[in-house]
Amino acid sequence: MANRNDINKPEAAEELNNKPEAAQPEAPFKDNGEPNNFRDFGISMPQGKSAASKRLRVNPSLRSGGPGPRGRGAKVQITAESLNTLKRLIWGYVIKPHKARCIGIVVCILLSAVSSAASGIFLGILIDSYIKPLLSTASPDFSGLAGAIFTVALIFAAGVLTNWLQQWLMIALGQGVLKGIRDSMFDHMQTLPIKYFDTNTYGKVMSTYTNDTDTLRQLITMTLPQAIASLMTVVVVFISMVSVSWLLTIVVLLFVALMLFITGKIGGLSSKFFVKQQYSLAVVNGYIEEMINGQKVVKVFCHEDIAKEEFDECNEELCDNATHASVLSTVLMPIMGNLGNLQYAVVAIAGGAFAVAGFAISLGNIASFLQLSRNFMMPITQISEQFNSIVMAMAGAGRIFKLLDQEPETDEGTVTLVNAKIDPNGVITESAESTNIWAWKRPDGKGGFEYTRLSGEVVLKDVEFGYTPEKTVLHDVDVFAHKGQKVAFVGATGAGKTTITNLINRFYDINHGSITYDGIPITDIRKDDLRRSLGMVLQDVNLFTGTVRDNIRYGKLDATDEEIVAAAKLANADGFISMLPKGYDTVLSGDGSGLSQGQRQLIAIARCAVANPPVMILDEATSSIDTRTEALVQRGMDSLMQGRTTFVIAHRLSTVQNSDVIMVLENGRIIERGDHDTLISEKGKYYQLYTGNFEETEG
Amino acid sequence: MVKRLAGSVREYTKYALLSPVCVAGEVLLEVLIPYIMSRLIDEGIDPGNMAMIWKYGLLIVLCALVSLAFGAGCGVFSSYASVGFAKNLRHDMFHKVQKFSFSSIDKFSTASIVTRLTTDVSNVQMAFTTIIRVFVRCPIMMIFALVVCFRINAKITWIFLGAIPVLAIGIYFMMTRAHPYFERVFQRYDHLNEVVQENLRGIRVVKAFVREDHEREKFNESSRMIYHEFVMAEKILSFNRPLMQFCMYACQLLVYWFGAKMIVSSHGTTLSVGTLTSFMSYATLILMSLMMFSQVITMIVLSYADMKRIDEILTEESDIKEPENPVTELRDGSISFKNVNFGYGRSGDSRLCLADINLDIAPGETVGIIGGTGSSKSSLVQLIPRLYDVTSGSVEVGGVDVRNYDLRTLRDGVAMVLQKNVLFSGTLRENLLWGKEDATDDELIHACKLAEAHGFISEMPDGYDTYIEQGGSNVSGGQKQRICIARAILKQPKILILDDSTSAVDTGTDARIRRAFREEIPNTTKIIIAQRISSVQDADKIIVLENGRIDGIGTHEELLAGNEIYREVYVSQQKGGGDFDGEQE
Repeated sequence: MANRNDINKPEAAEELNNKPEAAQPEAPFKDNGEPNNFRDFGISMPQGKSAASKRLRVNPSLRSGGPGPRGRGAKVQITAESLNTLKRLIWGYVIKPHKARCIGIVVCILLSAVSSAASGIFLGILIDSYIKPLLSTASPDFSGLAGAIFTVALIFAAGVLTNWLQQWLMIALGQGVLKGIRDSMFDHMQTLPIKYFDTNTYGKVMSTYTNDTDTLRQLITMTLPQAIASLMTVVVVFISMVSVSWLLTIVVLLFVALMLFITGKIGGLSSKFFVKQQYSLAVVNGYIEEMINGQKVVKVFCHEDIAKEEFDECNEELCDNATHASVLSTVLMPIMGNLGNLQYAVVAIAGGAFAVAGFAISLGNIASFLQLSRNFMMPITQISEQFNSIVMAMAGAGRIFKLLDQEPETDEGTVTLVNAKIDPNGVITESAESTNIWAWKRPDGKGGFEYTRLSGEVVLKDVEFGYTPEKTVLHDVDVFAHKGQKVAFVGATGAGKTTITNLINRFYDINHGSITYDGIPITDIRKDDLRRSLGMVLQDVNLFTGTVRDNIRYGKLDATDEEIVAAAKLANADGFISMLPKGYDTVLSGDGSGLSQGQRQLIAIARCAVANPPVMILDEATSSIDTRTEALVQRGMDSLMQGRTTFVIAHRLSTVQNSDVIMVLENGRIIERGDHDTLISEKGKYYQLYTGNFEETEG
Repeated sequence: MVKRLAGSVREYTKYALLSPVCVAGEVLLEVLIPYIMSRLIDEGIDPGNMAMIWKYGLLIVLCALVSLAFGAGCGVFSSYASVGFAKNLRHDMFHKVQKFSFSSIDKFSTASIVTRLTTDVSNVQMAFTTIIRVFVRCPIMMIFALVVCFRINAKITWIFLGAIPVLAIGIYFMMTRAHPYFERVFQRYDHLNEVVQENLRGIRVVKAFVREDHEREKFNESSRMIYHEFVMAEKILSFNRPLMQFCMYACQLLVYWFGAKMIVSSHGTTLSVGTLTSFMSYATLILMSLMMFSQVITMIVLSYADMKRIDEILTEESDIKEPENPVTELRDGSISFKNVNFGYGRSGDSRLCLADINLDIAPGETVGIIGGTGSSKSSLVQLIPRLYDVTSGSVEVGGVDVRNYDLRTLRDGVAMVLQKNVLFSGTLRENLLWGKEDATDDELIHACKLAEAHGFISEMPDGYDTYIEQGGSNVSGGQKQRICIARAILKQPKILILDDSTSAVDTGTDARIRRAFREEIPNTTKIIIAQRISSVQDADKIIVLENGRIDGIGTHEELLAGNEIYREVYVSQQKGGGDFDGEQE
């Protein structure tokens, strides 16, 4: 019942998919990112274009790990890579951290395999050594039999006990391994550069946490122990079989070969259909997702009938492929089962024939052999059934390792940010408590430190940058932001405004040129300290599940309630927060979906205010607030900006008018700079923008 | 509810019924085979009678083949039935959703509808397959096997009958005790996913505030809880297999002991060596099917929640009802609101978004609507194409109450560009054709020119055949808005509503679009919702909305002179002196 998780959870992932690239930088990665298709799932698209794909061209990506029977099928084959993955998983995450437990488990499995073999062998002994002799005695004495049964009972008891012990040990091991993997995945993900998050859709990453870890859970807690047990049973039973009769063993082996041949044939055929099924399932699910998300548009355009028609078409195709796949895989089971029966008959006939022909085979031998051969076939069937799920789990493990192998953000910075005190002589010393004065602490190369007061002077020189090496999006950018200045960036979408701010906090590293902060190259500053000194409010506000208070506190984890209210007041958010049902204790869920975009922006501004950073970056921070409210917020913002260097990005020109410097960007270059009056008098681009005669130059 | 869902089996009912029949046949033979084997041992191998060995051996082969045929039949039928069932279920749901009103869509949320149509359907399909295959198999197997056992030897069979309740009670206890833990595990998983999802979405915030460690703590706590619940649940379940084994082994030992005694004392008449062997097989069959039955039941119980979620979709009734004798012609683009009150809540919820709206718009007029966020501007216009029904009062279009129109007629006559615009994957042309299926290229280009979209479209490498990604993610916000406007214009509507549809378009282009409207489609009533005063100031009439009420109606000049809110908005946009739209004409 626990393995239902995989099918239960993708909801969250899907929700994410509905908001494609919410927080993408201005230059999207679309041009270099291949259409994400089956590549990641090791499945290739069928060559013959299906009717649905021709007509609808639904993007067949399985972004959310597409719900449905993903558990098997999909080009089943072992590659060197999947073997490596298996080795790394088993050794690194299972055996190495849990050595003693693993040994215990293997011993338990071995013992319970022996006990199950004993149950088969004992039947023969019972018949040959007890029943037959007793039958021929006049006054049967059962004490010998009682003793034998008692011995077997002990073996059985040991078997039951070891079986339970194995299960018990397995629990903490399996769950421990999973927890270990989960935790290291998330832990590692926190260190990855923004670039990783740009190039990997949320849905894809989410499915690593949900679907892929879940297949691993099944692998580790169910498939692997079962496979080991099966393997051991096979070995033990095989030895027993040979010891009973090597002749009959050969007969059984021939049958096993036949069985494997048939399974292989059918399995190959069925996996082919599974690939097709997965493909049409992705088409159907993709179509559903797209249409339902645009359902309101569908209704406004009375497009319902066409949608139904198109849907039915994909749905029929899925039905065809799924039926084929399902028939083949379900027919396999009775085939295997009845091959077992056939084998039984053949062994009996052969055994009888051998006995009649005078080979040394007793009735007891044949009876136990029949039992044993059953016990031999069953685990082999099981292993062959588990083969697919192992391969699928390896694909999942591969994706997990791919995440774990991502290069983390590098940080070679040595300069740190500290609270400082300045004595009357102007000497800066480090302070343990918060002083509202900040200083850069940098090693002076002689084992000591020197301190520079943080003033917030940010200088970009000849900066060149591209998200990919082929495409430079910023050229020759020079920006001088002096202490306390308000620097604004304006320009059309895609001009590179957001990109510049992303370079200052080192979300991305520049290709050429230099950026200095109070004279220190930002690459010398520890990233955490650099970012802590920069407050950011982004256009797309992200809130976290929790109370409003928690969300504001995100800016400063140890902020007091008074500080939080003060920050909210500063951002003019206090008013609407007090109107919420539970005020500051109102729980926001689903990214604050109960709030309007404007209200969310106000909370984000408060969050930044409570952090009290020396330098601020406001990226379209008030774009969703209506102009009347904005006028109110602007007052709060202005007092917040007092004395701080601030970078402002805005498309409303009223927001940037009072800036000290306005930079007009076009196609990644600064084409005009100056204050409002200067730019107006120059009658250039800014003037055009300002007066509305601007011909949009996008793309 | 189950009955309603089962209704979706339809043409596959015969397969769904044939499948259990095959299962019964298969099971019957499976139960017979061990019995035949016991005869083979007793009459063939024991006396060394080769003829008997052949006879029974071939009988087993025959039985195996027939059983195989039944098994294969079951596989085929159950596949047809369950895949077909899923297909019908998806079909029914999708068609149902197409009939949903806006309020139904709001009620479920699109994400949840998608999950119900995808994940939940697969879950229910799995449960259905299990029911027609395994669920019927277990009881039949148990009964058949017990009957055969009783026929062979009643006394020995009592051993099994003793073991069954022990196992059954044990399983019952484990399942009921573990179940709450599993329920909780699912919730914990939800929480973990939420943490990851929010982290991914807000990674820039996390990094900007250097909150990686804080996030790690959150995640580790959540991860630990899952570990904890899972371990608790599995500890309970760890007794499952050993218990099964215990029952098996106990049965075996008892059968050995009593069986051997019986054989010896009766000299093989009441019980033979062969039948003793067959009892071993029956023990496995009976106990295994009990075990399987318990698992199947848990699975079905768990899928109940999914069924309920699907059923909710299937039973949702649209609150927008088509009238009995619908009006199928829209006379003109006049609109009038009469004492309209409106709230999103269904009857009983008294919170109103719009109150006392009275409004008359003549055909061909251009009307602007201004108001802060949350002033219900969108709600107002959504009543016109009857996306929602008024709570009280009436909305008339072309002199007829919107509730009397055939919905298609009404919505074809009223084109609306929604605030949350959606483009669909496909070429640009295909997207535009939504407006008018059989539009010619000239019509397309004309509409795009009106919407100021032709310029950038023709600059694209593939022009009108440019492929639009899902959700239109490969065009900019402003381009998307203009494509959506063109799509709406193509409908040649009597009324055109733009709900904040030019917010990402610069003011100059915005002005040109409005001029084109005025010159090219003068007879179409145009309603424009905007944040920018410049977008509405040349309208014939501007409506100022505040908290769901009309605060003022008039021309730009009138409102500037007499409406406080309008003036404030105007001033807030003019701050600093300049007037950005001053020279637009």
